[in-house]
Amino acid sequence: MAGPLLQLSDLHASYGPVHALRGVNVTVNEGEIVTLIGANGAGKSTLLMTICGNPQPSQGQILFQDRSLVGMPPHLIATQGIAQVPEGRRIFPRMTVLENLQLGATLADPAHFAEDLATCYALFPILETRQAQRAGTLSGGEQQMLAISRALMSRPRMLLLDEPSLGLAPLIIRQIFQVIEQLNRERGMTILLVEQNAYHALKLAHRAYVLASGEVVLTGSGRELLANEQVRAAYLEGGAH
Amino acid sequence: MAAPASPSIPFARNLREAGIAAAIAMALAIPFLGLRTVNLDQGLVVQANLRYVPLAGLVVFLGRLVLGLLAAPLRRAVAPLAGLKPPAGAQRLRPYGGPLLILAAAVLPFLPFANRYVIDLGTTALIYILLATGLNITVGLAGLLDLGFAAFYAIGAYTCALTTTQLHWGFWPALAAGGLASSLFAVLLSLPILRLRGDYLAIVTLGFGEITRIVILNWQSLTGGPNGVSGIARPTLFGLTFDRRAPEGGHTFAEMTGIAYAPEQRLIFLYLVILALTALAAYTVGRLRRLPIGRAWEALREDEIACRSLGINPTMVKVSAYATGALMGGLAGCVFAARQGFVSPESFGFMESATILAIVVLGGMGSQAGVIIAALFIVVLPELARSFADYRMLAFGLAMILIMIWKPGGLLSGRTPTITLSARKAKSMAEATS
Repeated sequence: MAGPLLQLSDLHASYGPVHALRGVNVTVNEGEIVTLIGANGAGKSTLLMTICGNPQPSQGQILFQDRSLVGMPPHLIATQGIAQVPEGRRIFPRMTVLENLQLGATLADPAHFAEDLATCYALFPILETRQAQRAGTLSGGEQQMLAISRALMSRPRMLLLDEPSLGLAPLIIRQIFQVIEQLNRERGMTILLVEQNAYHALKLAHRAYVLASGEVVLTGSGRELLANEQVRAAYLEGGAH
Repeated sequence: MAAPASPSIPFARNLREAGIAAAIAMALAIPFLGLRTVNLDQGLVVQANLRYVPLAGLVVFLGRLVLGLLAAPLRRAVAPLAGLKPPAGAQRLRPYGGPLLILAAAVLPFLPFANRYVIDLGTTALIYILLATGLNITVGLAGLLDLGFAAFYAIGAYTCALTTTQLHWGFWPALAAGGLASSLFAVLLSLPILRLRGDYLAIVTLGFGEITRIVILNWQSLTGGPNGVSGIARPTLFGLTFDRRAPEGGHTFAEMTGIAYAPEQRLIFLYLVILALTALAAYTVGRLRRLPIGRAWEALREDEIACRSLGINPTMVKVSAYATGALMGGLAGCVFAARQGFVSPESFGFMESATILAIVVLGGMGSQAGVIIAALFIVVLPELARSFADYRMLAFGLAMILIMIWKPGGLLSGRTPTITLSARKAKSMAEATS
């Protein structure tokens, strides 16, 4: 590899008048799990959305495999090999589980479909028993599993996960994080993870960034940040242990 | 203690709501009923006559009260119907439903009771089914509300009318031209409205429908304005006409086949043409739903942001939904023009758009079978109630209210999945994974 897989340099972005990102520098190397943690409104989700092209950055550069994503519309960014698991899951509620997965494979070679489907069902066996069911009738955890599987169906180079633990039971959160770890370990999937649940995310991550008011205030390996006094005080004390 | 008190609370609420309705009615009745202009010698004079105002208030008060009191028993009465399930055997017949329906429709004009009136009614119903099938793509599948669909109907009809009368084309090339012209206008319309959603989209499409009608009404030199266009070519069968006497250098159907001439033959042929077009359209939509483009339409209805993150280009999806829907609207317009032999702007007003939309909504958004049932309901029911003449719109409205209470999602609100794995395939997949 010449450079990092994804490189954000001096990235600025705004939602209307709100200047949500103020010069963020983040790199993600091939095969890494990188986590972004931070309080509500720190700009974590905006960062992921900006990588996906909506909103477009007002300043700065996004390089993915040494190619600039700035100015590219979201559906073309998806063709570059970036798959997003959006915040709030955003599955297609009136369509069946199988149809959701089929839509996930929009960009993939149809020849891989059966194989990729089997892989997803192996990761989340519950989805197979639910495949003919309308996705809107799944539980929150199952919907999250479907959203992750749908993203995997496109055979991405990199997976962006936005708050996968949001609103889920502790047991399901553990299962989701296990799968994320397994994807990275067994298949070398590069993952950029945004989480409120700092404890779980830091334990999993190779490297992590702490975002506050649209800027990176702290960076280091997951283990370092987990031990950091500031991080403990701000994001972990009284959190999910 | 609580039990006797509880029924009185809804009654008090009903009373209050009826009072509010009566007050609104009286306020509205002052300008509508109380003031009228009278043409006297000195010119128009406004006369106040407030006699009817309290009467209007009373009628609305009683009406609202009765409606409020009846709503709950009515809902209870239709509730058991919602639980009705088709018998188990009906499920096995499902794949044959479409072909059987087409076969039944095809033999209809040859049955003994099929007179001119029945065939004409059938043709009207089929035109509406084709229109609603088209609108169902934009509204039901892609989720883009369109309140001006009659515009595409009008463009198809006028393209057919003008190409056959001005350019002397036959019916068949004019049919193709009508469909394509509608599609082209749909593409032009969809480009500026791509960013709009919901209410705003509805307003713009409503505007487009009206603009189209008004342009047709005022472009006298091309469209003949309010006088319309007459002398539109009738469909021919491989060049054979259905007239009594053959045109210059042509032959009639009666001459060539030896079947005695009958004026109904032309009607039956037109009926079969629209039946074939409608069947083809319904089949095409069924196939499209299983293709990536159809799946993208439905996904767009569900969640546009998720679509983009999966690499689906929403622009292309929206434009294609409008264009495909309008194509069917245009074809229906052509058949309409050929049947009447005459078109005028009156036939393409907002009521027409509203009727087509009502068929789609009533049938259950996105359901093809629902569209067929609802179109038959909307076209045939007012005809059956013809003997009540004055009251038929009332009966029609009541029937629609009842359906909406009984089935709020439309007659057939369930959605058929576009992909299922057979039990065998699912099993082999499970073995492969374990």
